[in-house]
Amino acid sequence: MTKDIARKPIYLDYSSTTPVDPRVAEKMIPFITEHFGNPASRSHSFGWTAEEAVEEARDEVAKLVNADPREIVWTSGATESNNLAIKGASHFYSTKGKHILTVSTEHKCVIDSFRELEREGYTATYLEPEPNGLVDLEKFKKAIRPDTVLASVMFVNNEIGVIQDIEALGNICREQKVIFHVDAAQATGKVDIDLEKLPVDLMSFSAHKTYGPKGIGALYVRRKPRIRIEAQMHGGGHERGMRSGTLATHQIVGMGEAFRIARIEMQLENERIRKLRDKLLHGLQDMEEVYVNGDLKHRIPHNLNISFNYVEGESLIMAVKDIAVSSGSACTSASLEPSYVLRALGRSDELAHSSIRFSIGRFTTEADVDFTIQLLKEKIHKLRELSPLWDMFKDGIDISKVEWAAH
Amino acid sequence: MQKVYFDHNATTALDKKVLGVMMPYIEMQQGNPTSQHSFGRHARTAIEEAREQVALAIHAHPSEVIFTSGGTEANNMIVHGAAIKQRESTLVRSNIEHPCVARPMEAMKHQGWKQALLDVSQDGVVTKETYKNISAENVSLVSVMLANNETGAIQDMSLLHEFAKEKNALSHTDAVQAFGKIDVRFDELHIDAMTLSSHKIYGPQGVGALILNKRSDIEPLIYGGGQEKNLRSGTENIAAIVGFGKACELVSESMKATSAHTYELKKILEVHLKDLGAVIFSEKVVRLNNTTFFAFKDIEGSTLLTALDKKGFAIASGSACSSVNKEPSHVLLAMGVDEDLARGALRISFGQKNSATEVRDFIEALRKELQTLKQLTAIAA
Repeated sequence: MTKDIARKPIYLDYSSTTPVDPRVAEKMIPFITEHFGNPASRSHSFGWTAEEAVEEARDEVAKLVNADPREIVWTSGATESNNLAIKGASHFYSTKGKHILTVSTEHKCVIDSFRELEREGYTATYLEPEPNGLVDLEKFKKAIRPDTVLASVMFVNNEIGVIQDIEALGNICREQKVIFHVDAAQATGKVDIDLEKLPVDLMSFSAHKTYGPKGIGALYVRRKPRIRIEAQMHGGGHERGMRSGTLATHQIVGMGEAFRIARIEMQLENERIRKLRDKLLHGLQDMEEVYVNGDLKHRIPHNLNISFNYVEGESLIMAVKDIAVSSGSACTSASLEPSYVLRALGRSDELAHSSIRFSIGRFTTEADVDFTIQLLKEKIHKLRELSPLWDMFKDGIDISKVEWAAH
Repeated sequence: MQKVYFDHNATTALDKKVLGVMMPYIEMQQGNPTSQHSFGRHARTAIEEAREQVALAIHAHPSEVIFTSGGTEANNMIVHGAAIKQRESTLVRSNIEHPCVARPMEAMKHQGWKQALLDVSQDGVVTKETYKNISAENVSLVSVMLANNETGAIQDMSLLHEFAKEKNALSHTDAVQAFGKIDVRFDELHIDAMTLSSHKIYGPQGVGALILNKRSDIEPLIYGGGQEKNLRSGTENIAAIVGFGKACELVSESMKATSAHTYELKKILEVHLKDLGAVIFSEKVVRLNNTTFFAFKDIEGSTLLTALDKKGFAIASGSACSSVNKEPSHVLLAMGVDEDLARGALRISFGQKNSATEVRDFIEALRKELQTLKQLTAIAA
């Protein structure tokens, strides 16, 4: 077992999932063992203790995003939150209209919720972002129709880490009386979120991207002005009827603690991580034909998505086994399709295929980054030596203009 | 003060061995099970092992196990998923189903589906005659819970199977309360779908499963990354899933002993309860060995509950989920129990660790409380 751990690769896949912070784990354990009550049990102290812990955690989640605890609804994760927000609000306000708007680079669970609504008879617009991954405000405004009921834009993109101008997009939605949902799964603990200020109606959160446990998330539902949603899980009437099901107390406690730590440590952590990311970026940019995907300025410090030209995608992933990274997002990495996000930015299939997402986190060290730079330089050099395309490029041949003979 | 927990139908304490297998997944670096690197693959393997443990415990095939966030989600998933496949059809359920079967059906009703109810007898079971009363032809789903959470009454699954077969409908049973207390064999029940929950069998909260027959086709409730064969998207709750798997393995081993043990406790309890003048609901039918649902005439249930909690006994009034509201139990009303008597109902549900001494202490405490309450009532009168 110890040997196994020693051989484990360096983890640079924090956008896929993060380890649970030891402080979070410590806080969770008593709620698995001693205080195991059902928070809905009102007839005994086991239930009360659990309920108290759930409410304390709700406060912590609310604090990180400057919301009222009564605006936080627990869910099983961001996927459920996104489904609940998009389908729930679209259904509730369907009399207003049946047009819904999102961006083509959203997470799959947003896109798939939209597709489901399309099957139900809604019309959807999937706005293309600019080549830097950001949404153009004018285009967004133009995409809104009189019958648009809801718009959904993610705060931080999971693959390229770009931060959208949520305030400006929200203001446009307010003017047009469109409900605005934001998937903030990748944003918590990385960017400041102030829901007192941001014109956002619904916002999805996940714990396991912010050093909390898997299987727990939340949905922010604005109270003023009040936003209504149709529940998708009915039952005991938990969470004021918006989401039934016994609350997993220890997981909720874990999410609360993870968000508390994020609130306190975010500034310092982001500075440290930015330095590591910049070091990684500069190290990799020593090489030729290396392209950063997505805007570098409006971007979380944790993310670096890079395409290595003239390297074959699959062999690249095989070659860098000593680091744990993603090509495309984890949720779709089982498929060999090139990332739909990178393609939406106008990247060619080849460049999309040869991309790597490095995501740096709380436990990444400078030595990890040094190792990664060294490894990439070595492997890319080797792979390019084997590549006839690289030879052609070096000989000054423009490969895009080559007419390949048909066989 | 020593606390005595008699509310195992609400939730159970995690088994230490379950915690043991979960800890590495809480504490150590873990991958997203969908990721291709070794962290992700390790997580994937752990999930598939848990799936086998769940399948083994209920005699199903691992491919029939769909992990969800709990029983509520699994029940919502089957109701919504079966209904969407057959527009304008009728959804059939008993009138004592848990709200997480009943309410999703009500919600579908608002969207154009029909609902038909199977009324239970005064003992709380659906009889053969009751099934015959359902005249609807276009039935998409029929759902009858295996054991009721409040009374513990066990339903005849062969009747459900026959009815579903006749109507060419999907059959579903909410086995959340039955699993771990009686032998549940998916392959022998001939039911298409079944709901399980982890936190009722000494596993963690926040995970459950829908067991779905390979031939059954339903629509998902939650869309996204396509996990669980596209039926349930969302990053898997790996620590909880691993814990659930272990809990299934343990409960299979201990079920017979626990069942016999709680049966002994129940016998002691019920003899004394009747001695004190209690009415025991569903007494005449086959019930779970750990559950007693009872009431005293003219005694306020909530007063008794609070007084007993102060003395260290955690019991319930009806189901935990609905203990927020003070409405009398819908199960008892469905059985035709008088509303005042129903309002006073209390539930005791035993677990592995309860002892005969605890039961005797409880009876003593109850006897004293009843005396006090009767004196107070006498003074008031």
